[in-house]
Parts: sequence; C-alpha cells; structure tokens
Amino acid sequence: MSDQIKISIQHLYKIFGDDPAAALERVKAGVGKAELLEQYGHVLGLQDINVDMVDGRITVIMGLSGSGKSTLIRHLNRLIEPTDGKVLVDGDDVISYDAEALRKMRRQRMSMVFQKFALLPHRTVAENAAMPLIVRGENKDSALEEASKWLDRVGLQGNDNQHPHQLSGGMQQRVGIARALTSNSDIMLMDEAFSALDPLIRTDMQDLLLELQKELHKTIVFITHDLDEALKLADHLVILKDGYIVQQGEPQEILLHPNDPYIVDFISDINRARVLRVRSVMEHTTEALDRTIAGDVDGDTNLEAVIAESEGDTNLTYRVVSDGEQIGVLDMKTLVRALVPTSAAEDGVRGNY
Amino acid sequence: MATYDFIFDGLGLRGWCGESGGGAMSMQDLIAKGSGETPSVWETPFPSLDNLHDACPAIAQTRQLTTGLENGFLGVKDSLKFVLDPITQPLSWFLSGALNLFQTVPWFIMIPALLLVVFLASRSSRLVVTVATMILFLAFIDHYDYAMQTLAIIFVCSAICVLLGVPIGIAMSRSDRLQKSVIPILDMLQTLPPFVYLIPLIFLFSVTEPKLYGIAIILYAIVPVIRLTDLGIRLVDKDVIEAADAFGMTDRQKLYGVQIPLALPNIMAGVNQTIMMSLAMVVIASLVSAPGLGVLVLRGIRNLELGVGLVSGLGIVLLAIILDRVTKAALARVNTAQQ
Repeated sequence: MSDQIKISIQHLYKIFGDDPAAALERVKAGVGKAELLEQYGHVLGLQDINVDMVDGRITVIMGLSGSGKSTLIRHLNRLIEPTDGKVLVDGDDVISYDAEALRKMRRQRMSMVFQKFALLPHRTVAENAAMPLIVRGENKDSALEEASKWLDRVGLQGNDNQHPHQLSGGMQQRVGIARALTSNSDIMLMDEAFSALDPLIRTDMQDLLLELQKELHKTIVFITHDLDEALKLADHLVILKDGYIVQQGEPQEILLHPNDPYIVDFISDINRARVLRVRSVMEHTTEALDRTIAGDVDGDTNLEAVIAESEGDTNLTYRVVSDGEQIGVLDMKTLVRALVPTSAAEDGVRGNY
Repeated sequence: MATYDFIFDGLGLRGWCGESGGGAMSMQDLIAKGSGETPSVWETPFPSLDNLHDACPAIAQTRQLTTGLENGFLGVKDSLKFVLDPITQPLSWFLSGALNLFQTVPWFIMIPALLLVVFLASRSSRLVVTVATMILFLAFIDHYDYAMQTLAIIFVCSAICVLLGVPIGIAMSRSDRLQKSVIPILDMLQTLPPFVYLIPLIFLFSVTEPKLYGIAIILYAIVPVIRLTDLGIRLVDKDVIEAADAFGMTDRQKLYGVQIPLALPNIMAGVNQTIMMSLAMVVIASLVSAPGLGVLVLRGIRNLELGVGLVSGLGIVLLAIILDRVTKAALARVNTAQQ
C-alpha cells in the first residue's frame, strides 16, 4: 500500500442556479451561502473543496443532510458537472473528459454503490451484479460467472436467479456491492451505502466492507451522515458543513483536536473509549520504563479493551507495542483523561450555544 | 336600416362600404320589414360579422369564412393528396390484406389460432375458455364474419399505433420542448369529435379506400399509447437511471436495457387503451365504409331495425371485453415479472 494520491479534488465549486458563473465570482469575492441565496437566488452547493484521497484507503466524507456530501461524490464520476475546479484521478482531470472518455472511465475505473441500491428490478441478482461487465460488452456467460463469484464473496450464495424485490434490504445492498466489485475498478464510490439499512445489518455490512478492503485495497470514497460509521471506516475523514470542509484528517486526530465548535458539538456524543486507539493517546517513547508494566497492548487496540483488561485500575501502566516493538507507554490516567470530551476539557464550548 | 349603420356613418366610412341593403335579404329582415316596428334596445343584436355586413356590405359575412376555408382546403387538397397518398398507401394494403386473411381463413382454423394468441398473451386457461365462449356465441348468431372484419381492422390499426406511438412517446420523454409542443396536438386529437376529422379525410381520399377509415382510427387511438409511453419513461426511478449512468451505459443501452423495460407496464396500459379506442372508432368509421359490426349498428340506426342494432351492439361489447381482458392479463403478467 503506497501513499500515492489516487483522487485529488482541487478548488471545486458547485453553484446551483441560472447563472452560476456570475455567482461564482461573487462567492470568490466573499459572498456567503445565505447571502447568495437571499440576494442572488443561487444555491452554493460546494465551496472551495480540496481533498486528496490516498490510493487503497477509505476516505469518508461526513456531513449532515444538505451539507453537499452527495453532490461532492457525484463530481468524482461527473454525474454532476462542477461550476469550477478540478478533479484529478490518477493525475487526469476528469472534468476535461469528453463523453466518450468519461464513459470509459465510468466503465473501467470507478464503480458506485447507492443508498437506495438502484438495482434493475427486471433483472436477476446475477444479471444485476454482472451489469458492469455486460455494459462493457463482455461475454454474458463469463460476466455471469464473474458476478456469481463476487456474490459468493459478499455472502449471497444461491440467490443468483432471484429478482431484487425478493431480497431484504441488506441483501439487496450486498448485490449493490457485488455489482461494484464485479466491475473490478480501482475506485469505489459509496453514497450513503448503508444508511437505509437496519442498525444491526449496517454493522454487518461495515464489517464486510472492512474485511473486503483488507484484501482488495480499493480506493473507497464513502459518504455518510453517521459519525460512528465514519469513525469505524475512515482512514481519512472529511467533515463537510454547508458546502465547505470544516476539518479533514485522520479520525483520531479530529477526535482529539477538533478545530471547530461544530465538530466539538458533533463528536461530543460518541463513545470515545470505543473509537480512540491506544496509539493516539499514549506517550511516545521507546525507552524502557522504571515503573512496573502491567502488560503489553497493541497500538491499534481501542481504549475500551484496555479498560476491560485493567479492570478499571487507574494506577497501571501499559507498554504499547506494534509488531513486537515498543512504540510507547500508556498510563491509565492519561487514558481516562482522553475519555473526557474536548468541550468539557476546554471550558465547555458546548455551553456557549 | 341596420342596427350598426351609425358606426359607419359616424366614422365617415359610408363611401367605403358602398350601397347598403343590396344582396339577399334574410327572413328576419323580411319579418322586421313586414311588422314595420323599430326594434327595441333589448333586441340589439351582437355586432357579429353578419350584422355588421347588414350595415356595411364591404364587411364579409360569416358564410364567406366557411366557404373561404373550404376553398382554401380544396386549393391545397391536390398537393396534399400528392404527398399523403403514397405515404398512406401501405395502410390500405395492410387493411385489405388483413381483412382478406381474417375472412378467407376458415373458422375452424381461425378460432383456435385466436385462442392460442389469447393463451400466449395471458397464460390463463380460464380466460381462454371465456374468450372461446364469446367467439363461439358470436359465430352461432351469424356475426362471426362481421366480428372478424372488426378484429382485422383493430389489429392493423393498433399495431400501427404502437409502432408509431411508442417512438413518439420516447422522443417526447427525452425532450421537454417536444413534449410541450406535442401535448396540445394530443389534446386536440382526443377532444375533437371523431366525426369532425372524418370530413377533411373524405375530401382527401376516396371513400372506397380502406386507408380513409384506417387514418381516422389511428389518429383517434394513437393518443394513449404516446401519452403513457412518455409518462412511463419519465416515471422510471431516477436512482436506477443514475446507476445506469454511473456504470457508463450508453443512451441506447439505457433505453433498451433500463427505460423501456421499466416503463413497460405503463406502455402496456397505453396499448390497452389504444386498442379499446380503435374499437370505439371502428364503429364510427363504418360511416365511411369501414366493414364490420359497425355496419350493422349503422343499419340499425338508418332502417330503425332495433334488433339488428342491439345484437350487433352486444357483439361489440363482447369484442371489447375480449380485447380488454386479454391485454389486461398480458399487462398483469408484465407487472408481476417486474415487482
């Protein structure tokens, strides 16, 4: 897994209205979203978006409804045309593609999973999963065989000849994922892919996705409004609000150092013990300690597991290891302090609302 | 002395108008003249063309408008006919061919063949039995030939309606501008009394040509299939269309692989309506020599043969039930295959 940038979004703007070009000038001159709507009747969808997405990682774009996250993901395969800016995929500007090149990219390099599944109701499950290959004009039998393989992989054996309406929501979305995998593209766009599912099934699907990702190393762009989901899946988290990026970075980093009251507010309700990992709160040192070490914990363990292991004893100190090497030391008192949300720690930002 | 003389006198247009009172005199004028009374204010006529003409002969009468229209139509008739005749000629061939086929194939082959079609469309043996009973009843009361003529015309006209209507509907669903311009035409075709567009057709084509009634039926019956194709394609789930785009389908793949299959229930409902409307029109078209059960209905009206009219009316109802049930059963099959 290299750290090569797969998708780079640069200065992307999207304005909805009759004359986006004029509105763009105003936005660049500093007119805000509310004013643009009230005075000029244009909706500012996206404002100066800059994101670099690393090859083989999951980038999660999170925001509430109306934050522009679905608009943003549709710019990657140009289901929506931007008003201004660039979208570079492997260094190529997607925005400059003509219809033919764009179609080729959508067929070969990107696949998409939809919130409402968007399966073809008149086709069987296998035909749906084979759709990307059939669209490319490949032999139908081999396409169905390939589709069947991926359906097995996502846990749908023996449903090949059923129609989508005969499956439950979770199963339908498995077909949606199988369809995206069958296309064998490097990039998978997932637009609120699990939002329409029951909580338990959603967790299953998240686990499935992480398990697949361990093997396949796709570049995944995942849209969600659910913070827990975002923290669970994200290698890189982008938080969107009213069409602009409030903060982006490693999820742990955002949790520990939120730079905006909006994010502080957002993360105040989550279970920090489950989300935070030992390596984010430990003291970085490779020196041996004079104190007694209660045991070794892995850097990627979450705090909850450590608390369970220590049985709540705050006097303990653990050695943090990664691949057998010591990378730091974790004092249980530091751990407990990290559990306090930032708002409470920093004179209660939330109380100001 | 006409009511509106004062306008032209007042404006000093008398000279332009010429001598008033010339030309034919209407019965009303005669009566007014005879009674010698001046009309009261309550009887002031509306300043229509005819009434203004009374005051000023230079103004045209309404009669001249209709004759003008007629002359205009007769003027373009020949060139119109020159263009339309060859284009519509195949319709005549199809119609006479179908009529020939339906009448020359003996009943003991025709009836089973029709029942087979019913079975293939509906996959319901119950419906086949119902249809068989109805056809055998019609044959038993000696209405078989008439019913077959009507069916032949409906088959040809409905098929042409679908062949023309579905592509028009698809084109409409893709362009809002086309939709906006076609919908008023469809509204007109649907509201214009069928008798009205029989009139110019009679002038254009000879009454002995089958295409005369063929065109009338097609114009009348094509509307629902166009409307419902347009509607059906516009109603296709936007998410599915987006998915089709996201996986790089071409417009053609999208049309044949997604839009038409998903719009099929609506298109089939349109076909059902089209068939029912062709049946309604084929009866009226008997006025312009369309053969079939309509001829008997017409005979019933013209000769006051109550029984003939009622029995052939019943025959039409039976045909309507058959056509409706069979197309609805086919529609239901499409529906269950999709949901």
